[in-house]
Amino acid sequence: MSNEQANNCCGDNAHGQFQKLDQILTEYQDQKGALIPVLQEAQNIYGYLSKEVIDRIGKKMAIPTSQIYGVATFYSQFHLKARGRNIIRVCQGTACHVRDAKTILRALEDNLKISAGETTTDRKFTLETVACIGACGLAPVLMVNDDTHGRLTPEAIPDILARYL
Amino acid sequence: MQYIRAHVLICAGTGCTASGSKKLEAALHEELVKKGLDKEIKIVETGCHGFCEAGPLVIIYPEGTFYVRVKEEDVPELVESHLYKGRVVERLLYKEPVTHESVPNYNELGFYKKQRRMVLGNCGHINPEIIGDYIANGGYEALAKVLTSMSSGAVVNEIKQAGLRGRGGGGFPTGMKWEFTQKATGDKKYVVCNADEGDPGAFMDRSILEGDPHRVIEGMTVCGYAIGADEGYLYVRAEYPLAIKRLTIAIAQAEELGLLGENIFNSGFNFHLKIKEGAGAFVCGEETALLASIEGKRGMPRPRPPFPAISGLWGKPTNINNVETFANIPQIINNGAAWYAAIGTEKSKGTKVFALTGRINHTGLAEVPMGITMREIIFDIGGGIPDGKNFKAVQIGGPSGGCLPKELLDLPVDYDSLVQVGAMMGSGGLVVMDETTCMVDLAKFFLAFTQSESCGKCTPCREGTMRMLEILTRITDGEGKVGDIELLEELARNIKNTALCGLGQTAPNPVLSTLRYFRQEYETHINEKRCPAGVCSALTGYKITDKCIGCGLCKKTCPAEVISGELKGRHTIDQEKCIKCGDCAAKCPLKAIIKG
Ligand SMILES: Cc1cc2nc3c(=O)[nH]c(=O)nc-3n(C[C@H](O)[C@H](O)[C@H](O)COP(=O)(O)O)c2cc1C
Ligand code: FES
Repeated sequence: MSNEQANNCCGDNAHGQFQKLDQILTEYQDQKGALIPVLQEAQNIYGYLSKEVIDRIGKKMAIPTSQIYGVATFYSQFHLKARGRNIIRVCQGTACHVRDAKTILRALEDNLKISAGETTTDRKFTLETVACIGACGLAPVLMVNDDTHGRLTPEAIPDILARYL
Repeated sequence: MQYIRAHVLICAGTGCTASGSKKLEAALHEELVKKGLDKEIKIVETGCHGFCEAGPLVIIYPEGTFYVRVKEEDVPELVESHLYKGRVVERLLYKEPVTHESVPNYNELGFYKKQRRMVLGNCGHINPEIIGDYIANGGYEALAKVLTSMSSGAVVNEIKQAGLRGRGGGGFPTGMKWEFTQKATGDKKYVVCNADEGDPGAFMDRSILEGDPHRVIEGMTVCGYAIGADEGYLYVRAEYPLAIKRLTIAIAQAEELGLLGENIFNSGFNFHLKIKEGAGAFVCGEETALLASIEGKRGMPRPRPPFPAISGLWGKPTNINNVETFANIPQIINNGAAWYAAIGTEKSKGTKVFALTGRINHTGLAEVPMGITMREIIFDIGGGIPDGKNFKAVQIGGPSGGCLPKELLDLPVDYDSLVQVGAMMGSGGLVVMDETTCMVDLAKFFLAFTQSESCGKCTPCREGTMRMLEILTRITDGEGKVGDIELLEELARNIKNTALCGLGQTAPNPVLSTLRYFRQEYETHINEKRCPAGVCSALTGYKITDKCIGCGLCKKTCPAEVISGELKGRHTIDQEKCIKCGDCAAKCPLKAIIKG
């Protein structure tokens, strides 16, 4: 997710309006299997899937909200809570694991003073773990938003974080 | 037309982009303009060369000079020396790890010499965002051939004769699968490409999609013709934004040229392709779960039969293959089944792309003929183990696979030989480990992965993997009991026999194979409460050796304040109170603090 998208987070629905979401819902109106792409696009707009957004999708697509929650909670990509402006995804996949990815995670947790899965109180960073981002040749690896950083050492972490402040 | 005297290929794959190849390209462009060379020297953005370790990679043609780890700062020298004066920049050449000799040419590199790059043939050599590059290299000839001169039955037969087996893990004969779907009754059929690539440590599908997307599109279209489908889906994992971007461009370009869409090559055959983005669930790589996910549901597997060939996407006959499987199709059609079947072993034909990762010098992608030995892959191509360490084991097949110890290094690698020794081909991810890897910890790592990715539908997988993980955690925490190994084996057997889908059925494999080859390591953890590799922190401590100069840094760093010592004197750690965080060892400027 880019900064721009995140900044707009909630701006649209703050006044109870769902303009952008409705546009998407119209676009996918007659497509089969559209729920997942709709959720993906909704999350791109709002940063996460709030209860209001899910209710709206359910109503417009005539899908029970229980079923939408079922899908949203099954896939790790979907988030039901607001997240930070920058999303850090630190790889804990096999290739990274044998190249000491744990020490990278620890360094991130120490620097940000949060644990994996949490967001800093200033909402600047959310820290998540993933299993492989396909850059195993550069292990250990992390992604901040869409940028990949490889050949990491714990010492390199503060510099990387500073670039996103 | 302007005369181009040199081409500079810059890798724009994910690995090299992460190493800064975009900035490098911008700097090079600027420098060429400044020097007035931009009209005669062309920059080409390519896909992955597979040699990610040494990125960003730059190759300059016509000479084929291969430069590694090129930085923005190197650009002025590269332009001045190589492109202006024709002198190779020695210091940017690749140096073989053993001999330290520099290697000027791409084809002479140890990494490439033993490879046979067929599926990856175009990767790194063409611009994946320009369809003309693919066509100039023989692209879409196979599609033209099948649509203008072959019956669908003849296409299926060709694939059967070639002996191609699925590259997604199971190794099921592709021709047979196509035949089932072809023969299935139904007016509507689908082709699906599995690009979920969930095995952590494998990235060949990603590189193919990023470096040569048209090859996969062509393979899928040929399949559509063979089985009688007019619609296809590519299910790509969301973690691969670049692959999705390149595929989107490729599909649009193919449609524009009439290579996708209605009435392709005036044959009356129609074929449309759509991309579906995954949403982050390992189990969605399993075919029935993947189809459920395309339909917009929770990605839960269902029992087979019926197989997707009979009842797949929205209940219609569906042929699902892996990315690499489809990428093999065009060359089989172009060169014939006999040519293809001559490569590889008796029951495993053609080449396989392996992802080399972990404790190995050349991490990256290597494509080799089936039947090559593990030793050749790891030592001749992979350049062996770094930092003077020794090879301990290699994990093949990801969380469903197993490990091979050094005694099995000379095993010829093919589908069947791997199953015999308790591993499996899987996606072709090879994670190399040296003596600093603890095999119990590794087994725990894989189980933690499958346990968290278990969809929860069937009990053996949901509960069984949890119990196995608990036992492994106990052992690595120093609380292992006599009988734990036997309990693990019993649970493993039951889960294998009763789980619903491949995820559960193969989840115990990493435990069984580490037990088979490294049982002693488990026993040492349980009986002696010791971790020989020094990984399990509950079973290892930190010691300050006599290299200590008494700088006091460790004492300042220690969060538990358990290090004592006078300035300039040797320091010591209070083992009783030490929390084993390792911060002191990381900070010590002389590396005087060791684990053990
Ligand atoms: C848990 C699980 C995960 C899988 N993940 C993948 C995957 O990421 N990519 C893939 O191509 N096949 C995967 N498979 C295999 C597929 O179910 C299916 O066999 C394959 O896509 C068929 O293609 P092929 O015949 O070309 O190999 C997985 C299977 C299981 C049981
Ligand atoms: S295992 Fe970390 S990028 Fe693949």
